[in-house]
Amino acid sequence: MKIIVCLKQVPKNDSILRINDQGNWIQDRDLTYEINESDAYGLEAALQLKEKQGGEVIALSLGPARVQSVIKEALARGADRGIHLEDPAFDKLDAYGIAAVISAAAKAEGFDLLLTGLQSDDYGFAQTGVIAAELLGLPHATIVMDVQPGDGSLRVKRELENGYFQWVSMPAPAVLTIQSGINTLRYATLKGIMGAKKKEIKKLDVTALGIDKAALAPRMEFLRVYVPQKSKQTQFIEGSPAEIAASLMEKLRNEARVF
Amino acid sequence: MANGILVYIEHVDGKINRASLEAVRAAQLIAGQTGQEISAVVLGQGIGDIANEIAGKKLNSVYTVENDWLKTYTADGVTHALRQVIEQTQPALVLLTHTYEVRDFAPKLAASMNRVLVGDCISFRIENGKAVFTRQVFQGKLAADVVPVGDTPHFVSFQIGSYRGDESEAGQASVSALTVNLDADLVRQQPEERFKEAKAAVDLSQAPLIVSVGRGIKEQKNIEIVKQLAEAFGAELAASRPICDNEWLPMDRQIGSSGQTVAPKLYMAIGISGAIQHLVGMKGARTIVAINKDPEAPIFEIADYGIVGDLFEIVPALTAEAKK
Ligand SMILES: Cc1cc2nc3c(=O)[nH]c(=O)nc-3n(C[C@H](O)[C@H](O)[C@H](O)COP(=O)(O)OP(=O)(O)OC[C@H]3O[C@@H](n4cnc5c(N)ncnc54)[C@H](O)[C@@H]3O)c2cc1C
Ligand SMILES: Nc1ncnc2c1ncn2[C@@H]1O[C@H](COP(=O)(O)O)[C@@H](O)[C@H]1O
Repeated sequence: MKIIVCLKQVPKNDSILRINDQGNWIQDRDLTYEINESDAYGLEAALQLKEKQGGEVIALSLGPARVQSVIKEALARGADRGIHLEDPAFDKLDAYGIAAVISAAAKAEGFDLLLTGLQSDDYGFAQTGVIAAELLGLPHATIVMDVQPGDGSLRVKRELENGYFQWVSMPAPAVLTIQSGINTLRYATLKGIMGAKKKEIKKLDVTALGIDKAALAPRMEFLRVYVPQKSKQTQFIEGSPAEIAASLMEKLRNEARVF
Repeated sequence: MANGILVYIEHVDGKINRASLEAVRAAQLIAGQTGQEISAVVLGQGIGDIANEIAGKKLNSVYTVENDWLKTYTADGVTHALRQVIEQTQPALVLLTHTYEVRDFAPKLAASMNRVLVGDCISFRIENGKAVFTRQVFQGKLAADVVPVGDTPHFVSFQIGSYRGDESEAGQASVSALTVNLDADLVRQQPEERFKEAKAAVDLSQAPLIVSVGRGIKEQKNIEIVKQLAEAFGAELAASRPICDNEWLPMDRQIGSSGQTVAPKLYMAIGISGAIQHLVGMKGARTIVAINKDPEAPIFEIADYGIVGDLFEIVPALTAEAKK
């Protein structure tokens, strides 16, 4: 089975976010980055499928030079090769544009399964995989919790609302968006890290991918980004830890009357 | 010329998903400022009652589409059907509520029409006669004002809870049937019956006091300090999803959209950032206390009492105080 897994590099979860001078996104100076949470589970799902079935896992990431570190991390955990999509034209794409680039690269590569995370932790579009499926003319399923590959087909378990789940079958190749927590993540071993150095990372840009610029035209625009306004009056309690503890307990007993 | 707002009505087991009424309400509010007509669309089989219920809302028309291929939801079926409805009715704006179902097909639908969904919005505002939509980015840490660009139709979905479905205005809309063409080549997914996993061993829905821990705890062994606080309070222990994903606590302690929904007297969120999927599970709590080192963590937006600080200092102090 040939599996392409999409890995987005996002600012580390506890980053301090500063808004840029144009006021329409964050400053990317001084940030440290990590693999998008659900993508790490997508990678693990791909590696486990390969261990069971044989085949190949290709780690794909779109972004500036720094995103090579997530590809390298994936190679160290066991992916076989990497694809890095980099071009100034890929800067600040919307979900359609990102999916257009990813699907062009995936199509050129060929695959049985294309995995993405269900949602990025920065933009949070929750769309890239689904759009890629449409652009590739393939079936898809979202919020996937389990994957059972069959002969030219797939059976996957989807998470639904209110505690429900559902199995869905479809022909392969297909595109799946993976939910966090579907497996237990592995970490790179020293041997893996050493081995990763020899693995190939193919770089592709607009020209190499033969992408029509019209596909990358913005279909949505960010006017401004800001810190949300609070709707509730929060009472902030200050002081030393002991003072805070005493004051909170007093308020919980006498003001909120929860005890 | 494309015109008006089309609202997608979702249903399961013969019942309207109440969240769809929130999109109806949003459409009424937008139309109130722009003077557009509103229609709603129901897809499925045996959907007469649902269409009639929706026709009791203040809308101009309700479209129904009955088709064997729409008996149970599939992403392919709904995408193709809805696209044909859009081509027949030519709306300028298609409004949806950002449910799991909408997440599953709406990006595909928009892409099939060379558009993008402006997804998971929390509000709109009319600026210079045009709707501007606000959506959360960075898991609610920042908000972004966005606009769809390019030709209509535009596709917008609202986060669950952004508008009040029960405030949607009543009226009397006409109901008319549309037909669409679907076949086995178009509908590739084969869904099985929906099911629930074995019942959770722990039912937190009735717990009066809940102490809940998030990723700020950093390591599994540190959960012990939160456990001690829960014991000192006589409270149940709960967690955000990443804690359960990591198997640091069992799944049935998870609070949120894919976990349990709780409404205790006290919910104490420790090292939890306050992503919407967590908030929907606990915002009904009577008193919310948040402990977080980041003063801008979204959890403070709904907290009654906020403590900005290091949980590793605050939690043991609280445990000691509670034991006094
Ligand atoms: C479809 C879907 C369904 C989901 N369902 C759920 C669900 O049911 N339940 C759920 O919880 N999530 C759910 N999620 C995930 C959700 O979006 C968030 O990713 C998750 O809630 C974040 O958990 P957290 O707040 O513990 O972690 P983080 O967002 O990482 O927050 C950790 C917090 O700890 C703080 N912190 C760090 N160190 C300290 C310290 N020393 N002292 C004090 N504070 C500290 C940080 O400032 C930060 O605010 C779902 C997501 C999707 C897309
Ligand atoms: N720049 C990118 N590089 C690689 N994968 C991406 C990129 N952007 C989005 N994805 C994938 O698409 C998923 C959904 O992202 P989004 O649609 O932004 O919520 C992510 O979890 C990734 O798997």
